[in-house]
Parts: sequence; structure tokens; C-alpha cells
Amino acid sequence: MPKRTDISSILVIGAGPIIIGQACEFDYSGTQAIKALKEEGYRVILVNSNPATIMTDPEFADATYVEPITPEVVARIIAKERPDALLPTMGGQTALNCALALYNDGTLDRYGVTMIGANADAIDKAENRQRFREAMDRIGLESARSGLAHSVEEAFEVLERTGLPAIIRPSFTLGGTGGGVAYNRAEFESIVRAGLDASPTTEVLIEESLLGWKEFEMEVVRDKHDNAIIICSIENVDPMGVHTGDSITVAPALTLTDKEYQIMRDASIAVLREIGVETGGSNVQFAVNPRDGRLIVIEMNPRVSRSSALASKATGFPIARVAAKLAVGYTLDEITNEITGATPASFEPTIDYVVTKIPRFAFEKFKGTDPHLTTAMKSVGEVMAIGRNFKESLQKALRGLETGLDGFNRVLELEGAGRDEITAALSQQTPDRLLKVAQAFREGFSVDEVHAITHYDKWFLRHIDEIVREEAEVARNGLPNDAEGLRRLKAMGFSDKRLATLAVRSVGVAGGLAETQASRSGLLHDTLRAMAGATSEEEVRALRHRLGVLPVFKRIDSCAAEFEAITPYMYSTYEAPSFGEPEDEADPSDRRKIVILGGGPNRIGQGIEFDYCCVHACFALSEAGYETIMVNCNPETVSTDYDTSDRLYFEPLTAEDVLEILRVEQQKGELVGVIVQFGGQTPLKLAAALESAGIPILGTSPDAIDLAEDRERFAKLVNRLELHQPQNGIARSRDEAAAVAARIGYPVLLRPSYVLGGRAMEIVDSEAQLDSYIATAVNVSGDSPVLIDQYLRDAIECDVDALCDGERVVVAGVMQHIEEAGIHSGDSAATLPPYSLPDEIIAEMERQAEALALALGVRGLMNVQFAVKDGKVYLIEVNPRASRTVPFVAKAIGVPVAKIAARVMAGEKLADLPPIDWRIDYMTVKEAVFPFSRFPGSDPVLTPEMKSTGEVMGIDLDFPTAYIKSQLAEGTVLPEGGTLFVSVKDSDKPLIVAPVKELIEKGFTVVATGGTAQYLTEAGLPVERVNKVAEGRRHIVDKIVDGEIALIFNTTEGWQSHKDSQSIRASALEKKVPYYTTAAASAAVARAITSVRVSELEVRSLQDYYS
Amino acid sequence: MAQSAPTPAQPKGATGVLVLADGTVIWGKGFGATGSAVGEVCFNTAMTGYQEVLTDPSYAAQIVTFTFPHIGNVGTNPQDIESQVEGAVGCIVREQVTPHSSFRAETEFVDWMKAQGKIGLAGVDTRALTRRIRVRGAPNAVIAHDPKGQFDIPALLKRAQDWPGLEGMDLARRVSREKHEGWEGGPWRLGQGYGRAPRDERPHVVAIDYGSKDNIFRNLVRAGARVTVVPAQTSLDEILALRPDGVFLSNGPGDPAATGEYAVPTIRALLERDIPIFGICLGHQMLGLAAGAKTAKMHQGHRGANHPVKRLEDGVVEITSMNHGFAVDNSSLPDTVEETHVSLFDGSNCGIAIKGKKAFGVQYHPEASPGPHDSFYLFEKFVGMLG
Repeated sequence: MPKRTDISSILVIGAGPIIIGQACEFDYSGTQAIKALKEEGYRVILVNSNPATIMTDPEFADATYVEPITPEVVARIIAKERPDALLPTMGGQTALNCALALYNDGTLDRYGVTMIGANADAIDKAENRQRFREAMDRIGLESARSGLAHSVEEAFEVLERTGLPAIIRPSFTLGGTGGGVAYNRAEFESIVRAGLDASPTTEVLIEESLLGWKEFEMEVVRDKHDNAIIICSIENVDPMGVHTGDSITVAPALTLTDKEYQIMRDASIAVLREIGVETGGSNVQFAVNPRDGRLIVIEMNPRVSRSSALASKATGFPIARVAAKLAVGYTLDEITNEITGATPASFEPTIDYVVTKIPRFAFEKFKGTDPHLTTAMKSVGEVMAIGRNFKESLQKALRGLETGLDGFNRVLELEGAGRDEITAALSQQTPDRLLKVAQAFREGFSVDEVHAITHYDKWFLRHIDEIVREEAEVARNGLPNDAEGLRRLKAMGFSDKRLATLAVRSVGVAGGLAETQASRSGLLHDTLRAMAGATSEEEVRALRHRLGVLPVFKRIDSCAAEFEAITPYMYSTYEAPSFGEPEDEADPSDRRKIVILGGGPNRIGQGIEFDYCCVHACFALSEAGYETIMVNCNPETVSTDYDTSDRLYFEPLTAEDVLEILRVEQQKGELVGVIVQFGGQTPLKLAAALESAGIPILGTSPDAIDLAEDRERFAKLVNRLELHQPQNGIARSRDEAAAVAARIGYPVLLRPSYVLGGRAMEIVDSEAQLDSYIATAVNVSGDSPVLIDQYLRDAIECDVDALCDGERVVVAGVMQHIEEAGIHSGDSAATLPPYSLPDEIIAEMERQAEALALALGVRGLMNVQFAVKDGKVYLIEVNPRASRTVPFVAKAIGVPVAKIAARVMAGEKLADLPPIDWRIDYMTVKEAVFPFSRFPGSDPVLTPEMKSTGEVMGIDLDFPTAYIKSQLAEGTVLPEGGTLFVSVKDSDKPLIVAPVKELIEKGFTVVATGGTAQYLTEAGLPVERVNKVAEGRRHIVDKIVDGEIALIFNTTEGWQSHKDSQSIRASALEKKVPYYTTAAASAAVARAITSVRVSELEVRSLQDYYS
Repeated sequence: MAQSAPTPAQPKGATGVLVLADGTVIWGKGFGATGSAVGEVCFNTAMTGYQEVLTDPSYAAQIVTFTFPHIGNVGTNPQDIESQVEGAVGCIVREQVTPHSSFRAETEFVDWMKAQGKIGLAGVDTRALTRRIRVRGAPNAVIAHDPKGQFDIPALLKRAQDWPGLEGMDLARRVSREKHEGWEGGPWRLGQGYGRAPRDERPHVVAIDYGSKDNIFRNLVRAGARVTVVPAQTSLDEILALRPDGVFLSNGPGDPAATGEYAVPTIRALLERDIPIFGICLGHQMLGLAAGAKTAKMHQGHRGANHPVKRLEDGVVEITSMNHGFAVDNSSLPDTVEETHVSLFDGSNCGIAIKGKKAFGVQYHPEASPGPHDSFYLFEKFVGMLG
């Protein structure tokens, strides 16, 4: 069946910014879809507000709109581009909701746009709980006992049927926001209220609890001939009750008989047919009662999803690419399986390994929130690992998480704890529950006991129990000194580091003696090594290599070796046949090759921006003729698409795993070098191990990177270059810290060294606050010293990204932050070009950046942060590597900065590469996106600690319009009238007068708290005074809750007023009232509101801006 | 090249071994029955249904390499068996078998293997073995298990080399029933097990058992037939005496050409009498031979639960369960035979219909068990043809 010829242009809607529940998986899917549609000759129009995506690179779509994904804006794009079709299934819930709105408001009809992939009715049927339930009834599939409620009263009626515990799910929300599990009536009422609020349709579904049931997912693909195939089954290790995005999962399902599996397969396909997903991929979720196999359908997503990305990476079957081809009329048998190159896509992948996914969380960033896992997703990233057995897969995943685990590390707080305490800990759904399970086994719990508490399937528990037993064996007797014994351990997934820790314990005669001696040298150390086998990761590696215990690499081929794989997509395994040598399929080439190390699981501070850079490095170096080899373990990303690099190793980013890959790649051809500067902190941390193993590192030397991060070395360089830093010092004790702070003068900025995303940074105003910080920071960062900086209050912060080839420096972008210095740069809105800086200041920053780049010997990218105060430029920090801002800069100026940098790193000169000019004649605004609504109880305020998960870009001809677009894209609809609430700190009072005046002229009324009200009144503005929360009721929070406030400007100084105003921010967040916590942002907003009418926003494609 | 390096000396602790006819020796840990057995080594890529696979008589004289590393997770139960006669002689798995986790399980996989007289070999790089089969074809071999680890490798090798192989081997006779049997089982349902065949008046299907899977008969019952199963060598007269509305030709092991020597004349006679015929797997090959086509041994065979088949009349793709090492050669089809289904993996024949007759066959397993249920319609189609 040929592709459709009645359509020639297709609009693809992306997923927008990275938020919890919608991460890079939609860039992966969307990029695949666009490539697939372009291959077929369609004109592709894309809208996505996220500049850090590969899909918005101008060479992918024909017309790329980095515009807010709102129905109004997308309608304008449709009016302008007149696409024939709309593909809504590649951009997550955002795209589905937007497409549905465009259908419902008649836009699609008016412009004759056909929905392909999934039509409006199918989307609605899948998303509308009542209709979905009715559909399941029609095909004879059971749903949980449940009912819909639109009010608290109705909810209690439903509760009569379901009983407690009950699950509450709001309709039409992402990742189950606002839902939860209620165990008592009071809890039930509060979750229902939150759920009704979160739901755009004020509707919640209340369901019988299936807690403790097994949970499965099926990834299904269907074509227009009604051919339906299962790509992958996924089993949740965490039973029902934890959102699947927050659950540890394995693929394929491991605890089903064929008869049960086929029931699920039939049901999945029946669901697609009944819902009416005509073509493309869907995900169907099931709960299974472990006692009798009773099967219940939980939900389905009529689109590609996080799980489909996982399934694609787990099997090698590119679901999004295939779904896009199916959407334009192909059938499965007409599409080739690219992995084999010889068989069609119409088959069900079968695998001969086990895949484990573990989510990564960021609760430590959101103090005050409840760190328990529920049916609302909270994880910010995930790691995937592949092993030949469950144990290997699981332990690889644990170390790939990069949360400091080498495997099943001990849970110290449960060590030696009583049974009641351990039972209580196990019963809590916390992110580290699996580690606690292992600890419980160490403390003598049986598999049956742990199963009774956690409901984890015994099959999984037995494997963990066996791992714990093996650990105990090594901790008793040291490492085996024969190849067979060591290989057996390695095949269970033990890392060298974990084995070293265990081995050392075997000689720990007098509490910790061995541990302290292990790292030293000399006779005692040698004796220890002789007894334990090895005492450090390096020694375990040496022993392993001496015994010839090496991993082999097997291919992910979608067919369990039935056909030859032509695509080198690989994972490592120790295989460990009982006897004989395992087979290796790595087959390295004889080409000149460059290895790019990725960023690992997404986390706050290290996400899609770094993956974007890695992908660009692959593209650029491939164009330059190198073989590109990617190593990463994040299944959401474009970098782990087998199509991105020449060779892909899906492996944890630890020194051990990476060195083994390099060993194999060096067997043939020439390893030109490794790129560690593009993947964020993750690969940088490996630089030392790579260097000591003699591996060439491309680009800026790790020593230069270290120099920039080492306070004392860096200060010397700054002095030599005669640049200015804020005053600073370093302290290793509380008293030192107090002394340094006193010398510098409060306020000061405190932080531990070597951090990304500003973890544990804080501004303190007094010695008392400093004491409190020291107590917690030491807790967070171990024994690393504390850094103390003069805090330049109200300074303007700027970012400069530059490239240097060792001889020449080119600035790629100068960004002015909207929030003042002190707010983490990743959380600040920023403009490119600067919207209010004098030219000479910009020139001075460029000059300083150039001097720094040359002095540091940068080869590749460099990011410099400056603060400007009273006309003086202060150097805040330098990162001679790819920074988070690179994709934004590249997209803003229309130059592939990361690609150019990669080629510079490989030795080319800037003069021979495309020119870079950042002085553009339009305005771009980057705005951060925050997950506060996911973490009730945490204070939604911006601080030096990064909290945003993603970013959007607003682009237009002037600042106010670009700014308003950035706000719209981020999800804030700015009011055009109503009541403005103002409460600002004294230093902001003069700054706030003008913006408030502008808004009053626009028709806003203003309420303000005491001091602010008085100041504004004295400035001649009509203002009504409102009580602070501490001043008695009715106070400002009452007004916010009652919906009387349309806009909030609230800036605070110091801890106490921060705390006082937390309830204001929390209620604003809950009621979705736009709030701004800095004077600068408030001024920007006022300008935007008064000068731009949202209804008249114009849209332009990147290609238009660039030309 | 896919190959585990031959291990010259027996390693300490080896309790199982696979000796290939070319002299390759693969050591491992034995489980299940002890002793040794000879057969052809094949691989199966299904990730579920090991118990069904091992009890499928089509695997007679075969040693199944499971490509999925964890086998035995769900134990075994009395329902997931496909016949009471011999199936595969043994299996090779990657991981040591772990205790089960399934509410349906009654017996651990290792104990069941022992009770069934099947030999297991664990701890083998099954992927390397599979790749070897892909490249070099399915080898003849002996699988052996001795808890004491005492193996006479030269003797095992000689046995593997002396074994004539499946080509030319009529195994159907060995695994077929010896007596007529009125089939009484119905389809399986979760929580209820197998139903009973209704006793009302229904079209009567006489099923010739070349080594059949029980689920075929259950599916015929579900599609509305009454089934009588008869031995492979049942004569035409005996079949006709049962007054069949249709005749079903079952799956089975071995070389179709060998079985065809006695089966084909009977089938030709049935065709001449215009009795509706439906064949599956070996039965499909018998029908092909009877219609004048040829069969041939395949390089590596098709065994798994993910095989795509294209139905040529409307282009629909069925995901099927497969288990065959021989196939009807589609270049040999006479004009009287229409090709109805082909494999989308390699274009090999997967279905035929005899022109002008109510007779058709498929190479794959619409009865699933294990595998997808996409092709159940074939049973309904067949029963729908009957008087």
C-alpha cells in the first residue's frame, strides 16, 4: 500500500519544555518522526517551544516554530502554513491536548487539517475516564471498581463502592498530577480537592485500590490494515501504587506464563481497536492480581510515550519512526527493520537479555515535600541497563544511576536496626526501597517476609537475596582468585568498586582497620591485598585483567540472534557460561574513531541540553569523517538512538564500564580521542580515570577544567589577567567560615565545591543562618570544603558562551539574565541579545571571556558567568566545557555552535568552520520551567540552588513580545487586567513603582502589604492595603484562594520574610496565579503586559528569522 | 564467527555437556533427567511458553536452545502441556533455573524435566550457540547429564555422528496415538482451566495425529467441531468409516517426505472424494506433497512466537507461532495449488490452498500455545466449510 498522496504537508506538535512526566523521550520520538516523514518527501512543519531539542534544529523540519504550544498560537501557525495534516501523537500529553483543543474549537475543520495517527475521538476515548471505562466494558475487559466525581460530595458517594484505600486520578493531567492514594477519609477529601483543582475538567476518577497487584505495560503498534504487534512487554518491579514512571521496571515481563501473556496481548490489541487508534504506537497498562491472575486494564495512551521510548531502546525497534510511517499510510510489512536490514517491521521483537529501568529522583531539591512515591509521578530522569540476566541488568542500572551507588550499597540507617524498624522502612514507598530490601536480607529477613511487606514478586526478591548472599561470601572470604569464580561474580553484575568494598571487609578484623589501610600503600596494604584479593577498584580491575575476566559485547538485534544485526547497538555482559569462553560481538572497525560520553540519567541541572550537545558532536564528527561511538545509559535521549552515532554502547557511565569499551575499541583502528566535555558533569568525572589509563581526551584539557573549578588555582589566574571576582574565600570548618564571611561582609553566597545545578547553594544574611547552613551542607556534600562568596545583591547576571581553538576566540552569545544575580543561572530567564545592557559592558565581557579562553587553553566551548553591578563587571565563574545554554544560543543565533565546537576539539580551526555571529536583529528569551506543583510543601521560590527541569524560548522582534511568548510557552497566561498584589523588599521599592504605574494605567487595581502600600501611595499610586498572613485575616492568602488576585509581585529579603511569604507563593502556585519573585522579572512582565496583546501575537519560523 | 571455543579437557564441576557431531563440546550444568539423548539442536526465540514447547511432539528428536536467558520462572503446571507423548529430548538454557513465581505453578521446572525424562543443560552461551546455528545450520548432537560429571565424550561424539539426522526420518509414526480417541477437551480459560467439548450434533472432524498438539483439537472444538483423533497410519477406509465432515492433518516431527510415504496416498484419496481438509505444519506439508509439491529441509528452521506471515488474499499480517525445520518449497507448487501465506522473514511458504477443493494448510501454528492468537480464524474457516 503506498503512502498517502492526498496530503503533502504535515504539522508535528512537540512536547514543549522538559517537565516531570515529559522529558527528552519526546525529542527522541519527534526527531525520529520528522526524519521519517521527510524521507517520504512531505513538507514538515514543527512547533515546539523547547530550544534544547534536536527536533527544533532548523535542518530537520521545513518550517520550525519555536513558539508556545497553546491552541491559539498553533492555530496561527496553521493559518499561516496551511498544513494538510496534523500528527498529534509525538508530543506527549501536551500535543494531544493541544490537538484536541484545535479540533474542538473548529480550527482543524476550518483549515481542512486532517488528524493522522490518532483522531480526536480516539484521543478523547482514551483520555476521558468514563468513555474509556465504557469502551473496556464493551470488549469485556475488567476495569477497577470506580466512579467519576466532579465534587467532593460526589466523591464520597463513589467511595461507598470502592472502599479504602482508594486511588484518586484527576482527568486530563500529566503523569497523574494531583492524584494519590487515600487510606482514610480525611486524606481522601484532601486528595480529591487537589485532584479536582488539577483537572482542567474538574473531574477525578476514584478507583478501588489495587495496591500490591502486579503491574505490566504493553507497547503496541497498529497499522491501517489492522495489523497489530506487541513491541515489548514491561513488568513493574514496584507493584501497583507507584506511578509507572516512578517504578523500577524490567523488560520483558518475567513472571507470566504464556497463557497469561497471551491474554494480555489479546487485551492490548483489543484496546487499540476499541479506542480506535488507527495507526501508530500506544501503551496499555494492566494490573494483575498475583493470587489468581485477574487482569484489569488501568489505562492506555494513544501516542508514543516514555514507555515506548524505553521499549524502543530495549528492543531496537524504533516505535516513533515506524508510527510516523504508518500515519502516512504505510503498513508494517512495507517498513524495513533497520536493525537487520533484511526483515520487515511487521514482527514482534524478541530479546535475549533483561532490561532494567530505574527512575532518578530529586527530592533533596524540594525541602519540605513528602518524599514518598505515589500514583503521581515525581522522578526527573531514569537509567536503563541491559544485562544477560536480571542480576547483571539490575546492578548495572544501580551504578548507572549515578547517585553514588556501586550496586546494592548498604543502608546505614537500617544496619543493625530492629525488626519493627526495618518492617516500617520497607512498608514505605520511597525511592530507595529496593536498597532497603537488600538491607533487610542482610539483617536476616526472609524472601517471604519481605514479600509480605512490599509485595515485590518473589522472583525478583530471590535474585536480590542471592546478590546479598554472594556479597556476604566475598565480605567473608575475599575475592576468588580464579577466573571462573570471578567471572561468576561479574556475571551477577557486581562492579569492581563494589567488589573492592566487599573484599576489604573480609579482612576487617578490628572495626574499620582494613578500610582505613586499604587506600594506603606499603607492607600492610600489600598484606591486605593478599588476603582480600584486591582493595580498590583499580586492583580488582588489575586482578580481573590478569585472570582474563573481561566483559564481552552482545548486540541488540530485535530478534535474539535469529538474523544478523547490521546495526552496531551493543551492551556488555560477563556472560559467564559455566565453562568455556563467551563470544564477543563487538567487532570494532579499523577506522579513525572518536568516543563521545553522554550525560547519563536526567537530573535537575543536567538534562536534555547536554544530550543535545552530545548528539551534535556525533553529527559533526561523522560529517568530518570520523567513526562516532556513543556511550550513554539514558533511554529517553536522542543520543541513545542507534541512528545518531556509528556505534552505540548502552552502558553505565562509570570508569569501569567506559574503560572496557575503550579497550575493545582500541583493538582495531585508531582511537583519536574521547569527548568528555559535552555530557555535563558525568563524563568529566571520568576524565582522571581515562587520563591515567592513557586515553587521549579531546578538546580542553581536564586540567584546565579542574583549574576553573579549583578556587585557589582559579583566583591566581584571575589575578594574573587582572579581572575582578566577587570577594571570596574557602573554609573547612564552621569557625573558618564565620571568619571569612565576616571579612567579606554579609550577605554571602555559600556552596560546596564541585557541584552542578547549584546543589546546596544558599545566600545567607547572618552568622546564625551560616551556622544552620553549615550543618546541612556538610550533610549533603560530605567533607568537601565550603566556598564563600561576596553576594552582589541586585547585580545583573550575564552568561557568555564562547568557542576557542587555542588561537582564536569567538563569542557565540551574550545573555542577560532577567532575575538578578544570586538566582541560579539555570533558573533565570535570560535574553539574547541583552535587553538592557550598554554596549561597552557587553564589549568588556567579551574581552574578558576571550582572555580567559586563551589563558585556559580552551579548545572547544566555554561558558562564563558575569555579574554587572554599578557599571562594573565581576567574573562569577568559568566552565571551559559545554554548558546548559549552548542549545539555546545555537537556536537563538541560528548557528550549530556545538557542532563547530566538536570539530574544533577534533583539531580544526575556527577560521575553517562556519562563521558565528551572535548579533541578531530579533530578541530571544529563555525561561525556566519548574516542577513545584509536583512537590507540595516545598517553597516555590528561586534561589542559588537550581530547581527547574526545563526551559522554553520565546522569540520575536522585540523584548516584550518575546518575553510574553516565553511566559505563555512556560504555561503562564498573563492577565490583561484584574488585581495586582505587590509586596516587595525595601531595596526593590523604588524599582517597582514604574511597573506598577504602567499596570494601573493599563487598568489593573493594586493591593499591597503595609510598607509597600505606603511607599506606592506616597509615590502617588492608588493602592489598597492588605494584611500579611501574620497580620490576621482576611489576609492576602485568603484573597488568592478566593481567586481575587490576577498577578503577584513578591520579593523578599532574608530568611524570615522568605518563610513568611511561603504561603503566598504556595497558594499562588495552587491557584495558578502568575507570580514573580524578583523586581527585574516584575518589571519585564509589566512591560510585556502593557505593550503586547496576546491575541495579536504573530508567529515566525526559525528559518524566517535566520534568513 | 559464532562459536564457543571447543573445550578440550572436562572442566571441574561440569555436570552436563552438549557434544556436537562436528566434535565441538559445550560444557555446562546438567539438570532434569540424567543420562544422554541424541537429537538435532534447534533454537526457539519465544520468551514465554517453555513448557508448551517442550511437550510439543513436533520437537521429537530435537534439543531446544531457548534464546531467552531465564527459563523456569513460572515453574510448570498440569495445564500447559501439549501432549502426553515425547516432545523435545532436552533443552539448553543460559541461566541456572530459579524457583518459580506463579500462582499457576505446581512443580518446579527442574523437577518436571526430570519427571518427563528430559535432559537440561544450563550455563551455556546460548546466544553464541544460536548464532552458530544461524550460520552453519542445525547440528546433530548428544545432550548428557550426570551429577557426578562422568562423561565418555568419544562415545557421545560417536553417537552424535552415527545418528542419521532428521532428514529421511519418519518420526510421526513414533509419536502418534495408537488408538482412536473421541476428543473431549475444550478451550482454556483463566481460573477455570480447560472446558469440555459439548455433546450436541456438530460437524465431525477426523484428525490424523502425526504428533499433534492438544490445543489444535481444543481450538477445533471451540470453532464448533466434534473431533475424533486417529493414528498416523489410519487407513482411508477406517477414516471414511468414521463418516468425517472434514479431515484435519496435524503437526508432527521429522522429515515430511518420510511420513508422506504412507500419508500422501490417503490424503490424495480424501482429496479425490472432495472431503474438506485442513493441515497444520507437518499436516500442511503432507497436503502439499499430496498436491504434488515438494518439501525441503531449511537451513536453520523457524521456531518462535514472533514470526510474521502475510496472508496474500488481503495483505494482512499475522504474528504466528512457528516450529518447523522443513518447508514446502514454493517453487515446486503445481498449478493446482495456490500459495495463500508467505513468511515475511524469508519468503518461505506458509500456507496453501488446493484450487477447486475445500482443502488448505498452513505451515505455522494457529493454535498458538505458546504464541499469539492472531490466526484462530483458520479453525473457524475450516469448520465453516464442513457440511
